[in-house]
Amino acid sequence: MSELETAPVPRRNMELLLLLLALAVAMGAYYLVGINSDDGPSQEFITQGLFLAGLALVFHVILRIWAKYADPVILPVTVALNGIGLAMIHRIDLARNDDQAFRQILWTGVAMAVACVTLWAIRDHRVLRRFTYIALAVSVLLLLLPLIPKVGVVLNGARIWVHFFGLSFQPGELAKITLAIFFAGYLSSNRELILLAGRKIGPLQLPRARDLGPMVVAWLVSIGVLVVQRDLGSSILFFGLFMVMIYVATARVSWIVIGTLMLVGGGIFAYLTMSHVTRRIDGWLNAFDPDIYHASGGSRQIVEGLFGLANGGLMGTGLGNGSPYMVPLANSDMIVASLGEELGLIGLSAIVLLYLILVSRGMRAALGSRDTFGKLLATGLSFTIGLQCFVVIGGVTRLIPLTGLTTPFMAAGGSSLLSNWIIVALLLLISHNSRRPMLSGVSATAEVATKAPRRSRGLLESLKETKR
Amino acid sequence: MNQAIRNTWIAVMLLFVLSLGALSYVQFLASEDLNDNALNKRQLFREFDLPRGAILVDGKPIAESKPSEGQFKYQRVYTDPELYSHLTGFYSLSNGSTQLESEMNEELTGQSQDQFFDRVINLFSGKANEGASVELTIDGELQKLVYDLIPDGTLGTIIVSEPKTGNILAMASKPSYDTNKLAVHSSSQAAANMKELLKVNGLSPYRNPAIGNLTAPGSTFKIFDMVAALESGKYTADTVLKNPPSVTLPGTKTPLKNFYGGNCAAIPEATFADIVSQSCNTPFVGISEDLGRGPFEDVTERFGFGQQLEIPMRVVPSVFPPDLDPAALGQSVIGERDVRATAMQMNMAAMGIANDGVIMQPNLVKQVIAPDLRVLSESKPKEFSTATSKEVADQVTDLMRGPVKNGTAVRAQVPGLDVAAKTGTSVIPGGQGLVNSWITGFAPADDPQVAVTIVFEKIDFKTGSSLTSPNLKKILEAVFNQ
Repeated sequence: MSELETAPVPRRNMELLLLLLALAVAMGAYYLVGINSDDGPSQEFITQGLFLAGLALVFHVILRIWAKYADPVILPVTVALNGIGLAMIHRIDLARNDDQAFRQILWTGVAMAVACVTLWAIRDHRVLRRFTYIALAVSVLLLLLPLIPKVGVVLNGARIWVHFFGLSFQPGELAKITLAIFFAGYLSSNRELILLAGRKIGPLQLPRARDLGPMVVAWLVSIGVLVVQRDLGSSILFFGLFMVMIYVATARVSWIVIGTLMLVGGGIFAYLTMSHVTRRIDGWLNAFDPDIYHASGGSRQIVEGLFGLANGGLMGTGLGNGSPYMVPLANSDMIVASLGEELGLIGLSAIVLLYLILVSRGMRAALGSRDTFGKLLATGLSFTIGLQCFVVIGGVTRLIPLTGLTTPFMAAGGSSLLSNWIIVALLLLISHNSRRPMLSGVSATAEVATKAPRRSRGLLESLKETKR
Repeated sequence: MNQAIRNTWIAVMLLFVLSLGALSYVQFLASEDLNDNALNKRQLFREFDLPRGAILVDGKPIAESKPSEGQFKYQRVYTDPELYSHLTGFYSLSNGSTQLESEMNEELTGQSQDQFFDRVINLFSGKANEGASVELTIDGELQKLVYDLIPDGTLGTIIVSEPKTGNILAMASKPSYDTNKLAVHSSSQAAANMKELLKVNGLSPYRNPAIGNLTAPGSTFKIFDMVAALESGKYTADTVLKNPPSVTLPGTKTPLKNFYGGNCAAIPEATFADIVSQSCNTPFVGISEDLGRGPFEDVTERFGFGQQLEIPMRVVPSVFPPDLDPAALGQSVIGERDVRATAMQMNMAAMGIANDGVIMQPNLVKQVIAPDLRVLSESKPKEFSTATSKEVADQVTDLMRGPVKNGTAVRAQVPGLDVAAKTGTSVIPGGQGLVNSWITGFAPADDPQVAVTIVFEKIDFKTGSSLTSPNLKKILEAVFNQ
């Protein structure tokens, strides 16, 4: 494993500077929405803007205390994305006489608070390795939750929501974190076995049948989500997550080949047998057919999204000047189309680049991480953000069929915000651990660092390692 | 392992590149196609938030955009909607737009070529593009008069035009409808109102009967027969023709009779002038056999049959079927069988004869006026076609004086006014005795100021003839203040 040592510099001041820039962008967007509406800038601009700024600064201070070597770019980028998302949700509210932005800012507060608690409680991401199988159990529980009668509800054709205490929540969003923890834990423990055993056929090193077990489980989970919950997006996300993590663990292309074959097989099976998948695919291929456009559950959503994007063109109509509200789900699933319409190709590209930076910083943390678990977890989590962006943008632009995935940090919805902020907290932790100065007495190799964290929290884990 | 992470990073970057590529394609390369897509209502939505120009008659708006509190910033409002519905058409979110609202859309929204520099200035000054107003050639009083002459419940159309300029002074039809009902913003309300209107017998809110309804022209078609006969040089007003009560169509056993009960029954022989006055049918079968189909195809084409015409709304081309056999030609030259004409076409026949054989392009738009009252464009009289020579036109004018003086159109006589006109009645096959009743003519015959065409569709003969010649008289009296 190559060394990627960074000089242990906290760089929190850089973060503060970038954070102020991010807040300026977010509040600027909010302000523009206000002045372009008929009522002028609203009171909410001040209160919600200050609330967001306060949250971001508190988060920054917490990083100074508990994770001072964390990557300085991740938090500002996330705050900027969250803030632009808020401004767009507020803009759609104005057109629809709604108040989703208020809910969204509350959820942002909750999500950032939970992220802070995560930082404080975990401190060292390697602790999570102890919960490998608990994470699997929690994942299964979370995925089954919407199927419980009275708790689960069907929204927009997918049974992925639970309802309690008057709140609706999408447990699948959290499941992607617990699944990533499980995969990272399982693969970091078993990678040698998987790597060494197996027959070689031509250039492909095939894994042993029993090592295929977890892969099959992951495949079954993905297909199960698709069949039972009718959620194409999450299904793709879970499977992609697992494929990438097993590839990183083993560096074997054969896994990708097998996985892709399984995905294609599953996809064809779903297209042929499941009406909602058939409808999605037909709506994708023949979106502009008037019959399909007008059909219920037809292609109206994607076609209106395309019209919105085209209306924005290169420069965009300007915040508040377009008509993004004509697109169904303009503030959640289709928020990319709304942003594209009002900010134009240039503005939307800037947003895509923010995601690209975020994912790259996450991967950078993975590269720098001194333990296999951290590498796997950081890669998996960063990859989910990237994949989610691609599935959403590809769906909105009709590159691939449209699925019901949310745009991380921007789309209206509490569960998505919560889980993505937890992901940010975990990435910050991993980057903190990879960049902080080495503790004395430990050689600078990654594997040793994994085995011997000289901290009380790591004890149990190192015991387990020794036993094996 | 780090290499695998780097590879994963490259894969994610590829996904981002694909995303950016797809966005560039949609927002840049394909954006124009998407904006023009038929399913795309955004252009319309934008228009509804901009001040749209007015449609003016005598300087007063008959259609204008008024600030609105509802879904959009402006609401299209029509004044005297029934009077002008078939001219203005409607401007609706859910039902589309029709007639002038559709044809003059570029001018009304400020997007026309003439307004290019205004748009450039607005781009820099940040002002919204305001649409230009469209002033019509219509004479408001005359429009009201002719509209009221059409009884409710009939399918009638009246056109009054200026033969020397082509300007249309009045164009009204019934049944009419309230354009405001279709211009409402609520799409469910607009759809319900549209459904209600489609139930009205003989009404289509998408069609202006004067330029869209094709009807058998009956004996008004004989204007073209006169032109063909006189141009051939074989006939003059004084040529004596055989006028049997019935002839057998060439090559068949089908009889063709003079109109029952008319004055034609009693005269076995008459001059060309007399048979035009009385509108006898049988002599024209003889003329068609004599001349063959060529001259008739030629004359009708010169008068506008089968030609594209926009006033600026598109006029449905009238039909004179080609390659007729002698029997079919015999029926066609009296405006029956498959010959079909719009009221506009038969008005153009009168305009051509009145204007020494030259048909001026019929036109509804007088000028386009910018929001700052500059005249952006003004329509100038334009020739549509040279239908015949001045000599023939003069002779036909003389022949058309006959029906008014002592023939089928005596009820159109206006004391002291020299009127030329030709009546027509086409029997609707299987129509239980219903006919289409026509008159088309002009006055004064020696210096024509107006050409008038009146048609009532699917009406009984007696009512029809009482609504054509007498109404022509009323219109001419109004125009010439008598």
